[in-house]
Amino acid sequence: MNRKISEKLIEMLLFASAATAIIIVALILIFLVKEGLPIITKVGIIDFCLGMRWNPIAMVGDPTYGIFPMIVGSFYVAIGSLVLAVPFGIACAVFLAEIAPSWARSLLKHSIELLVGIPSVILGFVGLVLLVPFIKDHLGGWGFSILASSIILAIMALPRIISISDDAIRAVPMDYRDASLALGATHWYTIRKVILPSARSGIVAAVILAMATSIGETMAVLMVAGNVSMLPSPIYDILDPVRPMTSNIALEMSYATGDHACALFATGIVLFIVVAVLNAISHRALKSRMGVER
Amino acid sequence: MSALISPVTADKAAKVVLWASAGIALLILAVILGYIVVQGVHVISLSFLLGSPRLSGAEGGILPAIVGTFWLMVVAMLSSVPIGIGAAIYLAEYAPKSAVTAVISFGVECLAGVPSIVIGLFGYAFLSIYLGFGFSVLSGGLALMFMVLPWIVRVSEESIKTVPNAFREASLALGATKWQTVRRVVIPSAIPGITTGVILGIGKAIGETAVIMFTAGSSLLMPMSLFDPVRALPYHIYILASEGISDPMAYGSSIVLLVMVLAINLAAIAIQRHYGRHYVRN
Amino acid sequence: MSEIEIESKDLNLWYGTAQALKEITMAVPTKKVTAIIGPSGCGKSTFIRCINRMNDLIKDCRVTGELLFEGMNIYDRDVDVVTLRKKIGMVFQKPNPFPMSIYDNVAYGPRLHGVKEREELDRIVEVSLKAAALWDEVSEIPDRSALGLSGGQQQRLCIARTLAVEPNVVLFDEPCSALDPISTAKIEDLINNLKRDYTIVIVTHNMQQAARVSDYTAFFLLGEIIEFGKTKQIFEMPDKKSTEDYITGRFG
Repeated sequence: MNRKISEKLIEMLLFASAATAIIIVALILIFLVKEGLPIITKVGIIDFCLGMRWNPIAMVGDPTYGIFPMIVGSFYVAIGSLVLAVPFGIACAVFLAEIAPSWARSLLKHSIELLVGIPSVILGFVGLVLLVPFIKDHLGGWGFSILASSIILAIMALPRIISISDDAIRAVPMDYRDASLALGATHWYTIRKVILPSARSGIVAAVILAMATSIGETMAVLMVAGNVSMLPSPIYDILDPVRPMTSNIALEMSYATGDHACALFATGIVLFIVVAVLNAISHRALKSRMGVER
Repeated sequence: MSALISPVTADKAAKVVLWASAGIALLILAVILGYIVVQGVHVISLSFLLGSPRLSGAEGGILPAIVGTFWLMVVAMLSSVPIGIGAAIYLAEYAPKSAVTAVISFGVECLAGVPSIVIGLFGYAFLSIYLGFGFSVLSGGLALMFMVLPWIVRVSEESIKTVPNAFREASLALGATKWQTVRRVVIPSAIPGITTGVILGIGKAIGETAVIMFTAGSSLLMPMSLFDPVRALPYHIYILASEGISDPMAYGSSIVLLVMVLAINLAAIAIQRHYGRHYVRN
Repeated sequence: MSEIEIESKDLNLWYGTAQALKEITMAVPTKKVTAIIGPSGCGKSTFIRCINRMNDLIKDCRVTGELLFEGMNIYDRDVDVVTLRKKIGMVFQKPNPFPMSIYDNVAYGPRLHGVKEREELDRIVEVSLKAAALWDEVSEIPDRSALGLSGGQQQRLCIARTLAVEPNVVLFDEPCSALDPISTAKIEDLINNLKRDYTIVIVTHNMQQAARVSDYTAFFLLGEIIEFGKTKQIFEMPDKKSTEDYITGRFG
């Protein structure tokens, strides 16, 4: 019976390993809330999330903690990156799945893997030395901008959008393709009318996931966004700088103390919730797609 | 539109656009890598790789950052690999279909989705302050562990699930216990996939910056123990570039980091190929 | 009838709400070959997988009735499944050697059960491979991957692997269904030799095979046992109409 006991012990050990992930998530929540909640209750959740002024170290008067411009900034650069990356990424995915000869497919696939591997700090650095001066010289403004951030985030999002969309397109049954082609449709017409619509839910999931990742990305945007915590004016001016939530934390955490540090943890809470909601939506989209396939 | 352009013309035009998209994707990659290499290759030398930095890194080498990165990886992997594989074995082989299992899987998914800067914040509050590890290799490595753990669980679970059930049946029918079966048949069959996943996990962790910013510290001295602060290579690049200390040094450091990532990815591919050849059935 | 090794009394089995075995009552004689035949879905594989409790691996599988082995009910709460499976080995439908060397495949079971000395392992491997009529073909290449063997060799390796644990009973679950006729003939010869030392139960959808290798035959249909008796009698003068219909190829 010794054997039975050791079997049971091993199972318990494995269970403990498995439980680690959920314990870490719980600890993250506990610490974020412990550090961040006091300032939210002090300032008021509405004033914190919708406040326009972020002035944690006030020379005159009370410090203010309003992160609305940063929430807007996070969504702005993330949506901007999707506007660039989604059409381009889907085009690459269609190319991969439908028309690429095998040499081109393997070349592009390997390049994408290489692109995934490039650390975000290096992408941010290249943005800083190439993209920012380019925008400044040719399009105007300061260079550090929503546009620059969106482009860098788009480059980061591209591999994920391409590979998930590629999978989604390849999952479309061959019969659909054949049926359409047999009716005399051109390849492009078949792609547009049959294949892309069938792969739609998978692609949508990829896009939402990419958005969550973009909102959660720090280094790449930190180096090119300009980090001014104001709404762009006019609001559609993509050459204006912004400060996304992630940059806010990264920039100020090293010297923040007291309420200021708490406010950065509170920024982390908002960021966590936004990303978690987007991830949940994306997972639901992916699951429902699998459900249909089975 | 379709009235003006014939379907055949549209088909041709579309294919041109698709080829162009793929070309542009390649071009972006080439520009990024090419630019860094061209700008930084003259910095690379033995004294750069093996020297200590001077003037905040404006001159000298990057050895402490390379060593720091290495030790962070060691701590992250030593902590995440056993736990991650254990969790994967539990989820793939033992877990009953219950609410508890669902919660665990959900936890893995959740952790995978936490933005790295939030993990950094948490690592600072929990490891550096609450547990008193300070800014150190230990704090940074454990924070990286939080980041790579879900990845390792996922890839290991996938590889374990691809092991044919026939192996498990055969082993059990010989009177093996469940754990004997897992240890002697399932894990050895899954090990190529797990190894590849772990190596790719290192590749992800090695370039990570936001997680270690407020956990590993930014000291440019050579770390002597687990409790010494270090400045990892990516963070070094960030500081060199964003504080305008030295762009050439940043390019040089970027090349080193890229080579590390590339080497890691190539190792993963090589392992996959090697085992792929030996273990393909029929 | 000779001595009884395994006895089934009113055995019922459900997968969820679907009943797969109904009131199975039969006796498996010691050191004889008992064949179980019947059309697909008749429960013959389910029954054989009860004997070493491989059905435990299937969710929502429920068993009632008695299945006796060495005077114990196999489905008793305090039966140790691991020891049971050591005594009742099984050879599966598709050859399933582990992705290891030929030697390690055969040595797997003995090692599990604590044999460590190299000489002892060598001896067991040799004896088992000889008993499975594979020794002549692999004695020179024990370190080669088992996956490089042909299908028939793989199946004989699986038999050797089973014998290495020194079971009392060997269950064969359609062992030849994935093999060519020549390999099948070799396995059938082997089964004939093995019955000197082992009690054998073989499930097969091939009636000629049952007639060739078995001493006793049970005919299953829709989860019920229709007829059980000496093979000669079942094939030459079956009691039941449906047995005759099946054997003469009128359905199945």
